[in-house]
Amino acid sequence: MSRLIVGPFNRVEGDLEVILDVTDGRVRAARVRSSLYRGFEQILQGKAPPDALVFVPRICGICSVSQSAAAARALAGAMGIAPPANGRLVANLIQAVENVADHVTHFYLFFMPDFARPCYESQPWWRAAAGRFTAVRGAAAGDFLPARAGLMRSMGLLAGKWPHTLTLQPGGSTHPVNASGRLRLLRVLREFRQFLERVLFGDALEAVAAIASSDELARWAERHAESDFGLFLRAARALNLRALGQAGVAFMSYGAYEQENGRWWPAGIWSGGARPLDPARIAEDVSHAWYADATEPLPPSRGSTLPIADKDAAYSWCKAPRLGGEAVETGALARQLVAGHPLVRDMIEREGGGVEARVVARLLEVARLLPAMEHWAEALRPGEPFSVTGELPAEAECAGLVEAARGSLGHWLNIRRGRIHNYQIIAPTTWNFSPRDRVGQPGALERALVDVPVGEGEKSPVAVQHVVRSFDPCMVCTVH
Amino acid sequence: MRVMWLQSGGCGGCTLSWIGGDGGPLFATLADAGIEIVWHPSLSEASADESLDILESCADGRRDFDVLCIEGSLLRGPHGSGRFHVLAGTGRPMIEWVKLLAAHARHVVAVGSCAAFGGITAAGVNPTDACGLQYDGTNSGGLLGAAFRAGAGLPVVNVSGCPTHPDWVTETLLSLARDELHEADLDELARPRFYTDVLVHHGCARNEFYEFKASAEKNGDQGCLMEHLGCKGTQAHADCNLRPWNGGGSCTDGGYACISCTEPGFEEPGHPFTVTPKVAGIPIGLPLDMPKAWFVALAALSKSATPARVRQNAKADHVIRWPRPARKP
Ligand code: SF4
Ligand code: SF4
Repeated sequence: MSRLIVGPFNRVEGDLEVILDVTDGRVRAARVRSSLYRGFEQILQGKAPPDALVFVPRICGICSVSQSAAAARALAGAMGIAPPANGRLVANLIQAVENVADHVTHFYLFFMPDFARPCYESQPWWRAAAGRFTAVRGAAAGDFLPARAGLMRSMGLLAGKWPHTLTLQPGGSTHPVNASGRLRLLRVLREFRQFLERVLFGDALEAVAAIASSDELARWAERHAESDFGLFLRAARALNLRALGQAGVAFMSYGAYEQENGRWWPAGIWSGGARPLDPARIAEDVSHAWYADATEPLPPSRGSTLPIADKDAAYSWCKAPRLGGEAVETGALARQLVAGHPLVRDMIEREGGGVEARVVARLLEVARLLPAMEHWAEALRPGEPFSVTGELPAEAECAGLVEAARGSLGHWLNIRRGRIHNYQIIAPTTWNFSPRDRVGQPGALERALVDVPVGEGEKSPVAVQHVVRSFDPCMVCTVH
Repeated sequence: MRVMWLQSGGCGGCTLSWIGGDGGPLFATLADAGIEIVWHPSLSEASADESLDILESCADGRRDFDVLCIEGSLLRGPHGSGRFHVLAGTGRPMIEWVKLLAAHARHVVAVGSCAAFGGITAAGVNPTDACGLQYDGTNSGGLLGAAFRAGAGLPVVNVSGCPTHPDWVTETLLSLARDELHEADLDELARPRFYTDVLVHHGCARNEFYEFKASAEKNGDQGCLMEHLGCKGTQAHADCNLRPWNGGGSCTDGGYACISCTEPGFEEPGHPFTVTPKVAGIPIGLPLDMPKAWFVALAALSKSATPARVRQNAKADHVIRWPRPARKP
C-alpha cells in the first residue's frame, strides 16, 4: 500500500487536502481534510440577531445569497412573518441567478479544464477540449466570463451587488423593482439565455430540459457534439465517467424555490425511491473533527463549536452531519432526483450517480431554471409591496433550510434575551465532504473515491480530481 | 508582470467579484497588459503536486514572480501556531507561506478587507486571531509588521472592500504593471487613492433626500438611509456610487445601508449594523469633516424646508409624487 497526499486542491472554493491509501492502482480508502477554520458560529454568538444578515453571506463568496436566504428564513420564522408575493419572487430570482451562475462557473472554470490536460492528448476529443477549456487561455473562458458578468447585472438590479448583499430580509427585499427595472431584468435574462442556447447547449433550453432518458441524452449528444455540453458528454462517454465516483448513499434535498403553495422542487430523500425528509433526525458527529467532543452526536439546534487543534482521531475541521445516523449526498443531482426529473432518475436507476450524473444534473437544472426566472420576472408587480415589517421576539428557536447551488444548507438560530445565543450552520459540502463518524462511517466523497483508478506514477491522479470536482465543493462553506 | 495569488481566512468572494466585472473579458485584459497569473487557487490548471512545485520554487527564490496577492485574513491562532489554516498538501501553516513569499515579491497586494485589516473573520471573539497583512484593524503591524516594504519599496497595497469591486483589483494590477502606483497614490491606510479619495455618499441616488433629511424608516423606503437605517456612506471611503457594481447597482441603490466595508474595523461597529445609533435623536456618526453644530443646525433648517414631494417619497417604496413638468401659461 502507498499513501498519497493530494493538495492544495485548486479549482474548488477554499482549501482542501485528500489523503489516499492506494493498492494495485486503485484507491482503497480516502480521508478528506478541510484545512481551514474561521469560526463564524463563534463570531455570531452574542450579536443582535439581524446582524446575522451581515455575517453569514461572508461565510462564502460563491453562495453568499444562499447563506443570506437561510438566515432570512430563520429570522422570518422567529418573527412569524413571510414576504409578500413580490418579495418571494425577488428572493427566488436572486437565489436562481446565483444557482445558475455557480453551475456554469463550475462547468467552465473549475471542472472542464481537467479535460484539457496533456494526459488526454491521445483522445480524439482532446484537441477540441484543449482549445475550449485550457485554464485561463482557452476560448471558452473568453465567451463565458462576459456572459457571466452580463447575468450578474441582474444582481446589480435586484440586490445592489453580488456577492454580499443585504437585500434579502426576513420580510422580503429592500429594493422595490420599478417598471423599467423589470424590463431591464428581462433583457438580462434573455441575453443570458442566448449564451446558453448558442454556446453551452447549442439547443433550446426547453429541448434540453425535456430530455427524458439516458438513451435520449445519448442521441442528443450525437446531434449536438459541437456544443460545450456535447463535448463534455463525448469525453464522459470515452472515460466512462458514469461509473466513476459513485458514493452509494442516499440523496437529500431541502426543497427549493418558494411558490404560493410550497416549494417548486420539493424536499425529500431518494434511495431507490422517494421518502419524506425529517430534519429532526439531523445530528452532527465530531469524533474525527478538531472540536471538543460531546457524548453523542448533537442536533444542530443544540450543537456546539469549540475548536481544539490537538485531538488524536481527528483529521479535519469539517464536522460529520448524519441523517438518522447515515451519510447522505446533496447537490443538484439530489435535488433533481427528489424533484422527479425523468432523465436524472433514469440515469441513477440504470447506472447509479457518479461524476457524469452530477454534471448532467447541474446543467439540466440551468436549462430548467432560466425559463422559470423569466416567468418570475414577468410576475413582478411594480408598485405593489416588496417587503413587510415585523418584530423580533426576545426568545426564539428557528431554522432556515434552503438549497444552495451545491445542495442543502441549514441555519439553526437560537435567540435569548434579544441576542444570538447559538447559531449552527450545516452547509452542502459539510454533508458531502464530511470525515468519518464515531462508527467509522465515511462521508459521501470518502466513499466515492474508493476504487478510483490511480495511474502509474500519478501523484495527483486525474480520476481523483474528476471525482472531487464533480461535487463542486465549497470548502469555505464546509467549515465556516 | 507575474502574479501569485493565495487565499486564506476569507470567503473567496473577492475573486468571485473580480471575475464578474463587466469591464470586458478579464483574462484578455490581463494578457494585453502583460499580466500573467503564475497560480491562482480558483483559476489555474495546476493542482496539488504541480501547484506545490510552483509554490515552493517561488518561496525559495528559484522562480521569479512580481506580485503576491493575498485574499482572506491571516490566521495566527491557535496560540500563534497558525494551525487554523495549514495549507493543504504542505503540513505548513499558511502564515509561514505568506511570510516566505512576501520576502521575494516586488509588490504585495491585500485583496479585500480581510487581507488588509483582518475584516469579518476578526469579528466577535476573533476565534482564529485573524489579522491583515500589515494591519490589525486600525493598528499597523499585522502579520508582516509595520516596517515591511516589498521589493519595489511600497508597503502592502490594501485594496480593501468586502468584497472588493472588480475594477479596484484590476486597476491596481494594471497600475502596478505600468509602474504607475507610487507611495503618493496610496492613502493613509495604504489603499489606492483612485477609489478612496471619494466617499460612498458621492453620487448616491438618495442625495436629494439627504439634503432635506427626508429619511427612510423601513426597508424599501426611498429616503436617505443615514438617519435611521445605519448608512455610513458619508464616512466610508469608496467610489461605490460613482463606479457602479454589477452593471448599475450599489448598496444604497439596493436599498440597504453602506456598512463601510472598506474601512478597518467595519466588522465591529459597536451597534447593530442597520440601525443608526443616536444620542438625543442625533446620529453619532456624522459626515466626516462636518462640524457637529453646523450639521444639527442645517438639518433642522432643511427639515423645515423639505418639499412635500421629497417628504412623501422618502417614506414610500415607489415614487408617489413626481416633479411636475412646468406648464405653459
Ligand atoms: S443613503 Fe447613505 S450614501 Fe446615500 S445619501 Fe443617504 S447617507 Fe449618503
Ligand atoms: S457601499 Fe459601503 S458597504 Fe457597500 S460596498 Fe461600498 S463601501 Fe462597502
